[in-house]
Amino acid sequence: MAEAALRAGCEAYFGYPITPQTELLEHMAARMPELGRAFVQAESEVAAINMVYGAACTGKRVMTSSSSPGVSLMMEGLSYIAGTEVPAVIIDVMRGGPGLGNIAPAQADYHQMVHGGGHGDYKQIVLAPASVQEAIDLTVLAFDLAEKYRSIAVVLADGSLGQMMEPAELPPMQPLKKGAPEWAVTGEPGRPRRQLTSIYLQPEDEETTNIRLLRRWMEIEANEVRYQGYYLEDAEIVLVGFGTSGRVALSAVRQARAEGIRAGLLRPISLSPFPTEAVKAAAQSAKAMLVVEMNAGQMLTDVKLAVQGACPVDFYGRMGGVVPLPDEVLAEIRRLHANPPADLNGHTRAAWLDRLELVRGGN
Amino acid sequence: MVITDTQNAKVVYERPESLTDISTHYCPGCTHGTAHRLVAEVLDEMGRREHSIGVASVGCSVFSYNYFDMDFVQAAHGRAPAMATGVKRVFPDRTVYTYQGDGDLASIGMAEIMHAAGRGENITVVFLNNAIYGMTGGQMAPTTLPGMKTTSSPLGRDVETQGMPLKMSEILATLDATAYVVRRSLHNPAEIRKAKKALRTAFEVQERGLGFSMVELLSSCPTNWGINPLESLTFIEDKMVPAYPLGDYKVLEAVKAMKVKGA
Repeated sequence: MAEAALRAGCEAYFGYPITPQTELLEHMAARMPELGRAFVQAESEVAAINMVYGAACTGKRVMTSSSSPGVSLMMEGLSYIAGTEVPAVIIDVMRGGPGLGNIAPAQADYHQMVHGGGHGDYKQIVLAPASVQEAIDLTVLAFDLAEKYRSIAVVLADGSLGQMMEPAELPPMQPLKKGAPEWAVTGEPGRPRRQLTSIYLQPEDEETTNIRLLRRWMEIEANEVRYQGYYLEDAEIVLVGFGTSGRVALSAVRQARAEGIRAGLLRPISLSPFPTEAVKAAAQSAKAMLVVEMNAGQMLTDVKLAVQGACPVDFYGRMGGVVPLPDEVLAEIRRLHANPPADLNGHTRAAWLDRLELVRGGN
Repeated sequence: MVITDTQNAKVVYERPESLTDISTHYCPGCTHGTAHRLVAEVLDEMGRREHSIGVASVGCSVFSYNYFDMDFVQAAHGRAPAMATGVKRVFPDRTVYTYQGDGDLASIGMAEIMHAAGRGENITVVFLNNAIYGMTGGQMAPTTLPGMKTTSSPLGRDVETQGMPLKMSEILATLDATAYVVRRSLHNPAEIRKAKKALRTAFEVQERGLGFSMVELLSSCPTNWGINPLESLTFIEDKMVPAYPLGDYKVLEAVKAMKVKGA
């Protein structure tokens, strides 16, 4: 991802070491100076994101990377970057939490990245890779989208992707862009001064900014939804999973297909904007949906909002850094196939927790 | 007196180009205006106005970007040195400076200022120390003098529970990577002249790539000190200067060797 970023024209990287993504920082530490570009190991994630903020104001392609606890520290800066409408790329390689948690793969920052995190009314683009190749491709895409929409673009990976080795093809080295956007603060002589700020003391002015941000977000929603469907054409049991849990779900779906169960998978690639219409469409012909995540059901809420009761939506997740095994997901598919629920009366998560206790006991 | 001889009139005082023609929001008697003017004069004299990127902080000077006629960004509270680092690293040939108060720099932004200085970032920091939080209405700052009454230390700063003032120039001077760290005051014309010379030196340090420079300026806050502007200047002289001695805390040999014009 680091190599992909600099090949995408990243001119400045600011970061702080944190497992499981320190290799990214280390790669940048070696490569950025080689290319004559800026690298700073900041004193904290707070400083790193504010260095990103400063460099982003100049219109250059800039980024940081971190993992969950570090990303929490960046929330202030992200809100300012969003409020100032400057592009920045953030890579979050999620780990188990809350708190210090552990360094194992998790997806528990979904809410933080998709539904907010920082204060104020803003949205950010969130892309979730499920393979090393996709991590590379989405990193490049993140720079393009951030720049196009003057937005934050997050690549939301998890610890297993952060530590995985897989054959992948890197993009060619892009030439650095010449010139700066018309809003960029560059200290360029011979033109009127430029200012970038996120303070609007008059509520009406702030509201104008909020409206501008929202309209831009609606444009992003209209143009930048990405997902991948697998075996959806005739799927009765539709799984929804992103990133690593999507990948595990796909293995389970393939095994289910081998058993004659018509299972399919919808894997959101853009978590934000969320592929609401695609999920809704898949729900129309499904007997049941199963959301698979490495958290307590954070995307589950978005899926339910998209499905709007068109079919029952069940959930299976592992938490705390545990990656679900394909067999666990397969058992869930078999259960839903054998007894497609008419509806899921009661608490989806409570029933899942009961089943999870059995799985954990079995282990 | 009516001046009729405009032919031979000579402009002896005018608004620096680096300042916009906008009335500031600062309270009467506040020395922010003086500090702004000094920075503006120095950047004018160095011909750097159009090559500068300022970083505004949070506090009374949050809107300083309205008053400086040059490119500006506005940082989160305390983060201006980090933001300036980001700007300077991608635009090393620009004059990059922060303009921060004592709550911003010495409290919430302590980590950012220490590490920007520790890295020897080639930026200039203009640090206004008026021993109080101005914008939020006069609360205790890390720089508040012992016994000084504020809205959050109504009985006066109790050093037993609230500690002693932080002396930022002295602290930063201990860092090996700093090039120029001095404290000046804005309480009378003679000190203001010295302050301007220090600012010129600080910006010249950056211009020559010598590293981190900071000028601490003892400043007034009549509104929140609850005294009038004149008494405020006396307060600086009588109370602030003894607690925050004026002087050069760090001047690299290379800086001493510089020949600084102006002032």
